[in-house]
Amino acid sequence: MSVPGWPLWEVFVRSAHGLAHKHVGSLHAADAEMALQNARDVYTRRREGASIWIVRSSDVVASQPEDRDALFSTAEDKPYRHPTHYLVPEGVKNL
Amino acid sequence: MYTQMVEVSEAGLEDVSELAKTFDDKIDRGVTIEADDWMPQAYRETLVRQISQHAHSEIVGMLPEGNWITRAPSLERKSILMAKVQDEAGHGLYLYSAAETLGTSRDDMVDALLSGRAKYSSIFNYPTLSWADVGAIGWLVDGAAIINQIPLTRCSYGPYARAMVRVCKEESFHQRQGFEVLTVLSRGTPEQKALAQDALDRWWWPAVMMFGPPDGESLHNERSMRWKIKLFTNDELRQRFVDQCVPQAEFLGLTIPDSALAWNAERNHYDFGTPDWNEFYDVVRGNGPCNRERLGARVEAHEEGAWVREAALAHAAKRAR
Repeated sequence: MSVPGWPLWEVFVRSAHGLAHKHVGSLHAADAEMALQNARDVYTRRREGASIWIVRSSDVVASQPEDRDALFSTAEDKPYRHPTHYLVPEGVKNL
Repeated sequence: MYTQMVEVSEAGLEDVSELAKTFDDKIDRGVTIEADDWMPQAYRETLVRQISQHAHSEIVGMLPEGNWITRAPSLERKSILMAKVQDEAGHGLYLYSAAETLGTSRDDMVDALLSGRAKYSSIFNYPTLSWADVGAIGWLVDGAAIINQIPLTRCSYGPYARAMVRVCKEESFHQRQGFEVLTVLSRGTPEQKALAQDALDRWWWPAVMMFGPPDGESLHNERSMRWKIKLFTNDELRQRFVDQCVPQAEFLGLTIPDSALAWNAERNHYDFGTPDWNEFYDVVRGNGPCNRERLGARVEAHEEGAWVREAALAHAAKRAR
């Protein structure tokens, strides 16, 4: 392997059904343009997409597993943020 | 299977910690393990071997069928075969990406394949001698692969499971197109039907062996099953494969080359003969009919593509300035 490898890119595809771009996988490419072209070949062979985003993997900032509690556990004791927390009196409509 | 002889890592003596307990607990509860989660070293290394071996099989698997693209009997068959071979390349890439999340590099994996250190499925070391072989590969080889891969969509490692979902979605056309090729041939002239039978005769046993050695000889089965990176044993999957194929062969009017094959009403399964495991180990060791040719083709493609990879990087560096 005398040639250094191509950098890694993350691929996000938006389907034609109005949903947001969704992470579908990653791939290697020399530059952004090639990454876009490769993403089209690797991840949209069956009309999966109407749009592709490419992000260099090294540019992704991610939360760490050890921060999971600090970030997400505080939502656990707030059931009142969900409509199912509230009792709807019988007979009352459109609530 | 595509990962029929994975050597499982013996590392992992540190597995007594609190972290290991959390890990085991997640496995038991069916919570997927993600790339940045703590995992035992042996789990990581076993997965790298399993996933990269699976990826190599997809990549080498393009060769036997690619051999027939120019000679497929119609424009439609050429288009179908090209789409299938292109899918195999895609599947290899999904899997390499999944393995890379475990901290290995693409270059290391490619190097392991090209230097002969890494294995790939023994099935791809058999030659495709006639057009009917393309049908037999789709029906039997992809059929066997699907049986193996569907459970893996529920395996414990998230990136591998997700790659398997994509692969399985795409693979079902592979099996169907193969069966269709054989249906056409077996309904054709006597010569065409003979081609189909000949392909089944040659591919049956290698396909049966794709699931790997019998359970008694398959080391580390237990630990991989404990970790949920293997969900059924080799023999369980093999039985499923035989049960699935027998009625399909009957539909085709072809004979499976196994004199021991018989319905067992007590077990509710087909009984079947024992493959030639010496042949299997011989092919795994590198002495199959096409081992050298397959690896040679990969090495040649890689070496001849070196200037393209270099030029693309040089171009990217120049544009970035």
